[in-house]
Amino acid sequence: MTALELAQQLRAKFPGLISDPVEFRGEITLRVSDGERMPEVCALAKKELGFDYLVDITSVDNYGDDPRFTVVYHLYGYGHLCPLRLKTEVGEEKGELPTVTGVWRTADWHEREIYDMMGIRFRGHPDLRRILMWEGYPHFPLRKDFPLAGKPTDVPEVAFTNAAPLEGGPFVTIAGGKDTLAREPRVRIPETDGLETNARLERRQDIKEAHGHSHGPGAIETKR
Amino acid sequence: MAEARDIEFKDPVSRLGESVHSPAQSLAGQDTDELKGEKMVLNVGPSHPATHGVLRIVLELDGEIITGARPEVGYLHRGDEKIAENFTYTQFIPYTDRLDYLAPLANNVAYALAVEKLLGIDRQLTPRCQYIRVICCELARISSHLLGVGCYAMDLGALTVFLHTFTEREKIHNLCESLTGARFTTAYTRIGGLSRDMPPGWAEQCRKFLNEVVVAIDETETFLTRNRIFVDRTQGVGVIPKDVAIDYGLSGPNLRGSGVEHDLRKAHPYLVYDQLKFEVPVGTKGDCYDRYLVRMEEMRQSVRIVHQCLDQLPGGPVNIPDGKIVMPPKDRVLTQMEELIHHFINVTQGVNAPPGEIYFGHENPKGELGFYINSKGGGTPHRLKIRSPSFVNLSILSWLLPGHMLSDVVAVLGSFDFVMGECDR
Repeated sequence: MTALELAQQLRAKFPGLISDPVEFRGEITLRVSDGERMPEVCALAKKELGFDYLVDITSVDNYGDDPRFTVVYHLYGYGHLCPLRLKTEVGEEKGELPTVTGVWRTADWHEREIYDMMGIRFRGHPDLRRILMWEGYPHFPLRKDFPLAGKPTDVPEVAFTNAAPLEGGPFVTIAGGKDTLAREPRVRIPETDGLETNARLERRQDIKEAHGHSHGPGAIETKR
Repeated sequence: MAEARDIEFKDPVSRLGESVHSPAQSLAGQDTDELKGEKMVLNVGPSHPATHGVLRIVLELDGEIITGARPEVGYLHRGDEKIAENFTYTQFIPYTDRLDYLAPLANNVAYALAVEKLLGIDRQLTPRCQYIRVICCELARISSHLLGVGCYAMDLGALTVFLHTFTEREKIHNLCESLTGARFTTAYTRIGGLSRDMPPGWAEQCRKFLNEVVVAIDETETFLTRNRIFVDRTQGVGVIPKDVAIDYGLSGPNLRGSGVEHDLRKAHPYLVYDQLKFEVPVGTKGDCYDRYLVRMEEMRQSVRIVHQCLDQLPGGPVNIPDGKIVMPPKDRVLTQMEELIHHFINVTQGVNAPPGEIYFGHENPKGELGFYINSKGGGTPHRLKIRSPSFVNLSILSWLLPGHMLSDVVAVLGSFDFVMGECDR
């Protein structure tokens, strides 16, 4: 069975939904006119046509066109060794598609990446977070209106630490403010350096009682 | 090789049930809630020797048992796909070195083949170019697997193996240096050919290396394959059944370790792979040990392929004779009008690709490295997506790790042999 025959079969199952197969360099592409029905199409392709392997999902930003985004699914079947490409369009205002994680679990990270890079949301995705950029990053860098040089952002405090606080202890980071310090058990206190461990713990407890927090009076705070 | 072993397959979820709940149930009459204890969250990485780069895994532990795992990637994200949209096809070649930086030659070949598929010239490559490219891919595979196995053994406490495999890897770098001019960042392929032909005497050096590396592979095998400690730590650990491996999109040795006999070199032969004899090793259980065995055998098969290529290596040019695609030779550029024009167009505008879209999947050492190129015509891609095997392979961790012991994390991660440069792109 060839990819073209499989594409025709898939098309016959959804009359009016799927366009004629387009062939370019031996690859078959089908366009699904309604992205909302993508999980349905994928589930059928997997179940009845043997496309058990999702190679990749990716997105293309056709800036200036309407609808703006194209989402591209690369399917493959280990039984018949035929690849198939499915495409669907998403407008910028809607910016949402239903997830196909229910069909192939590998779709999870691909969809997260598309969300991260292009800002297309996937409804029903179990864990739609940014994956390559950090949490809280405000832009979608693979959009065509995002400049190559990047845009300035307010970097969250947790993304960077201050200059290495060697004198404060080799493993102590002071990122994230007081809470991190309070959580960090190995924070070293000048007053307790050189004391025995038990004595140190007692001393730390004394300091805590005196100052309300476990690091000494201005021991680290002043260096920030 | 893969001898029959009586390991009872347990999928992680049922293992989780046993280790967490069964002891509690056997102690009838006791308060089971007390035995469950508190969950602890442990950060592995992003800077940890076993993560081989900057992978971070947030583990949720109940004692020594992992009850939840959340891999976090992206620490090495450089925006390669964005860069590709702003460069000509040829300019992007050096960036492919930095994807899987343990096998840059294979990435170069994969990318060049993808662009050539878009241009429709992938069947017109000169025979010599195709053979040299196959040699490049297989040397890269040996190099990558040597490092993968060496580091894996080191993670599990066998430092000697690492020293042996690195000695051999060093020789591959020497070969790369005399072939391409660079040890790591090779950037060897060009659209429609290669940056230069093999230097004289290189084939003999390569044969000498191949004869040495088979000895080293055998030695490595004697270190590990029947090593009690290694076997105990890898057999039955990190078992991935066939259907789950496919569902999570695994590829390369990780997929074949789970018993799926699929290799793009066999399934969709490119270059001259259909004229070469080699076997595709497949695991039986899908555990860490099988993935290790698959890598060991793949190295031997690669040696076999390179030997065949060197035997059959045809003469002739390495570049296709089309000045619109490949840079003309410099002496002609300086003397001939037409070559000068081609040179100028190639440098300023790049090759003129037709509008259209292609996907090309290449059997890289780590798995299926795919390039999806969406072209609107002209010298730069409208969109270039890199389907990196490491990225896809890592997504299974949140399913695989729960139920394992904390110390198994090292064994599982090492058996995946991923590279973060490729994962994060």
